[in-house]
Amino acid sequence: MSRQSLTKAHAKITELSWEPTFATPATRFGTDYTFEKAPKKDPLKQIMRSYFPMEEEKDNRVYGAMDGAIRGNMFRQVQQRWLEWQKLFLSIIPFPEISAARAMPMAIDAVPNPEIHNGLAVQMIDEVRHSTIQMNLKRLYMNNYIDPAGFDMTEKAFANNYAGTIGRQFGEGFITGDAITAANIYLTVVAETAFTNTLFVAMPDEAAANGDYLLPTVFHSVQSDESRHISNGYSILLMALADERNRPLLERDLRYAWWNNHCVVDAAIGTFIEYGTKDRRRDRESYAEMWRRWIYDDYYRSYLLPLEKYGLTIPHDLVEEAWNRITNKGYVHEVARFFATGWPVNYWRIDAMTDKDFEWFEHKYPGWYSKYGKWWENYNRLAYPGRNKPIAFEEVGYQYPHRCWTCMVPALIREDMVVEKVDDQWRTYCSETCYWTDAVAFRGEYDGRPTPNMGRLTGFREWETLHHNKDLADIVQDLGYVRDDGKTLIGQPHLDLDDPKKLWTLDDVRGNTFMSPNVLLNEMSDAERAAHVAAYRANGTTAA
Amino acid sequence: MTETKQRSFPTIEFTDSEAGALEFPSSTSRAYNYYKPAKLRATMYEDVTVDVQPDPERHLSQGWIYGFGDGPGGYPKEWTAAKSSNWHAFLDPNEEWDQTIYRNNSAVVHQVDLCLQNAKRARAYDSWNPAWLKFIERNLGAWMHAENGLALHVFTSIQRSGPTNMINTAVAVNAAHKMRFAQDLALFNLDLSEADVPFDGGAHKEVWKSAPEWQPTREVVERLTAVGDWCELLFAANIVFEQLVGSLFRTELVMQIAARNGDYITPTIVGTGEHDYDRDLGYTRNLFRLLTRDAEYGETNKVLFGEWLAIWVPRCLDAAHALQPIWSQPAEKSVTFASSLDAAKQKFRSLLEDLGLDSPKELDQ
Repeated sequence: MSRQSLTKAHAKITELSWEPTFATPATRFGTDYTFEKAPKKDPLKQIMRSYFPMEEEKDNRVYGAMDGAIRGNMFRQVQQRWLEWQKLFLSIIPFPEISAARAMPMAIDAVPNPEIHNGLAVQMIDEVRHSTIQMNLKRLYMNNYIDPAGFDMTEKAFANNYAGTIGRQFGEGFITGDAITAANIYLTVVAETAFTNTLFVAMPDEAAANGDYLLPTVFHSVQSDESRHISNGYSILLMALADERNRPLLERDLRYAWWNNHCVVDAAIGTFIEYGTKDRRRDRESYAEMWRRWIYDDYYRSYLLPLEKYGLTIPHDLVEEAWNRITNKGYVHEVARFFATGWPVNYWRIDAMTDKDFEWFEHKYPGWYSKYGKWWENYNRLAYPGRNKPIAFEEVGYQYPHRCWTCMVPALIREDMVVEKVDDQWRTYCSETCYWTDAVAFRGEYDGRPTPNMGRLTGFREWETLHHNKDLADIVQDLGYVRDDGKTLIGQPHLDLDDPKKLWTLDDVRGNTFMSPNVLLNEMSDAERAAHVAAYRANGTTAA
Repeated sequence: MTETKQRSFPTIEFTDSEAGALEFPSSTSRAYNYYKPAKLRATMYEDVTVDVQPDPERHLSQGWIYGFGDGPGGYPKEWTAAKSSNWHAFLDPNEEWDQTIYRNNSAVVHQVDLCLQNAKRARAYDSWNPAWLKFIERNLGAWMHAENGLALHVFTSIQRSGPTNMINTAVAVNAAHKMRFAQDLALFNLDLSEADVPFDGGAHKEVWKSAPEWQPTREVVERLTAVGDWCELLFAANIVFEQLVGSLFRTELVMQIAARNGDYITPTIVGTGEHDYDRDLGYTRNLFRLLTRDAEYGETNKVLFGEWLAIWVPRCLDAAHALQPIWSQPAEKSVTFASSLDAAKQKFRSLLEDLGLDSPKELDQ
């Protein structure tokens, strides 16, 4: 269709909307934003007549590549270190995708602009595509990769796992609370515009370097839909900016959304890229370097900074602090070590790091070995059952961390941990911003104004609470992370499948009692708590 | 002279990580094991759809971690008055997922496109009589608003609220059907505007907004958008409105009389909407049959659906009756309003019977 025809067609389609006079549409999902003064902004034009064939063609390429991968025996050259992490990643990501579909009517209800309604409804279908195409990729991995355990219980594991819950914010945040906070700022303006770059572009590149060219095939196809979504989000953002009353809410939501995305996405994708790869070329970009390119330059400098001309205060301090956490405070390395500490309650296996890995980390993150090298050597030493407990229960100089009440990634940068009594409970936070999110932002009043539509933090937010004071073997069994012989764990701290004696079983982990840090914290006297927190913070990770 | 940067690339390593390379516990566990498929072998549809939207009653151990300011987050079952002892039992008979959505809708796009190209090439519109041109200009023009309104503010809206991924995905596809069909009608309108025939491409706006025969239809559509209960919305839209107004207009009028008025184009396009509705009615029928046959809640659901019928049937019948004058507008009047309405009512009764619901008395008046 020519550009002129497309313009005419789009103009015709806009004639389909009308102002209702008999009934006012139900407000199912409210917002504290106002769009009374908003000028109508056009998103990218898209009509269904061109949309469906375009997507069908994209699908044909994806499914053709999948057939080719099977015929070409792709799994002969896939790195297990890499594909094991896909058990976690691909258990998480279809839910955020489908949640994005579910978020679209929230934005439609909130924004009085028929031009955008069309774009949002098309995005809804895109997101159904993304969710199901990713589920199908996972199914292919399950069918063709050497170790299907973990893929085979994927959605159950996602729903009962500590790491799944961290990832679940990335979906629930899209569909809950203030419609604009959720479906526009958190989902589109930050998650899709900034962080899909690392999710759907940087990570697939790493997959290809590890012999897996299907992840790039699927995720680059997914990413090719994102530009329209980004356009939808930007149009709504500009409409919101037209009313001064929205400014404090926009600034609140940018701070929350930026920081939460950083905490969640950088934790996961950073770990997958840095600890899931076997590609240790010295000139291979580190996650920090990718982040600098994709997030700092492409998003922060090119997208966020120009918003200042509209009088919006953007969270420079949080962008810089995220960068600081990644480059100086070891955020990704801490998360990887935490995941590896928790290997018995994982549904994926985590490979040990070798001298080659150590060299690469030291090259990319000077000082890495002195902080993390010894721990990974211990991880390697304690990899097999029989002579030792799982590493979490051995003395290796690592204290099991407190969990952040807000982002649910533990408070791993220990000197930054915030401890406050909120809603009559002692809670721990990884940072001041996560404390602010819980105590200030997600409340019914903000900065002296009522914000009844803002969401709330709910649920059993500390995963460990559910399993407090239980035997590790019982926890693993309750979670269902056991292989089909009824005794071997799905999670293993190594990749050796050739010798049954190297595989941990329920009996090997029995006798270790698991304690919730938050339950214990709330049981302490004030003096005990103060001492405990001081000691925890003193075990900091900032380079000397 | 600048130094050429040495190319750097990852090395391929043969890892023998194929299925079957080794035997160990779970080495043959190659099926999703967290749900029970409807038949012995899981379908692709089930594998990519079931449990993607978590449920605290199934595997979700920490509950929903975000809530609304005035209530729980996620997908509360309280968002509808209808009840089910197992919402997860619903599976879409159309088994919609990525590939079916794009294959099916692309096929429709190609069909419509070819039809419209042929119409232009054959100068098909030149032979239409003025009364028929006016009929299409006004009535098909008005109807496309209804389709678009249902797409964006009924079906798109519902798919946020259903308690399972299977329900919400089926409804999302329904929304896509409606949006595509509404746009196809609009672009057909554009073609006619550009053809060398007396056709006012903008007349539809005033007809939809003010023409007396269309106001009750617009009123029902707008009232639908005001419903908060997602299940009532789906019932009112796909069971009542589509049967008594949508099918009445599309199936019992346009599809019956177009050819006799020299128009072989409109039935091809409207036929795609009919095909869509046939698929969409399929999933809707399955869902409501499940609810009326529910061992625990079937009877209370039937009472509830009876209440919904009492609200929506009179509204839709009013809309249907108001449309009566348009049966007289074409030059060739091969069907009467009475026979069309009888046919629509009969199909509606049959659908209600299939769902185990009593026909409302208004149908007999």
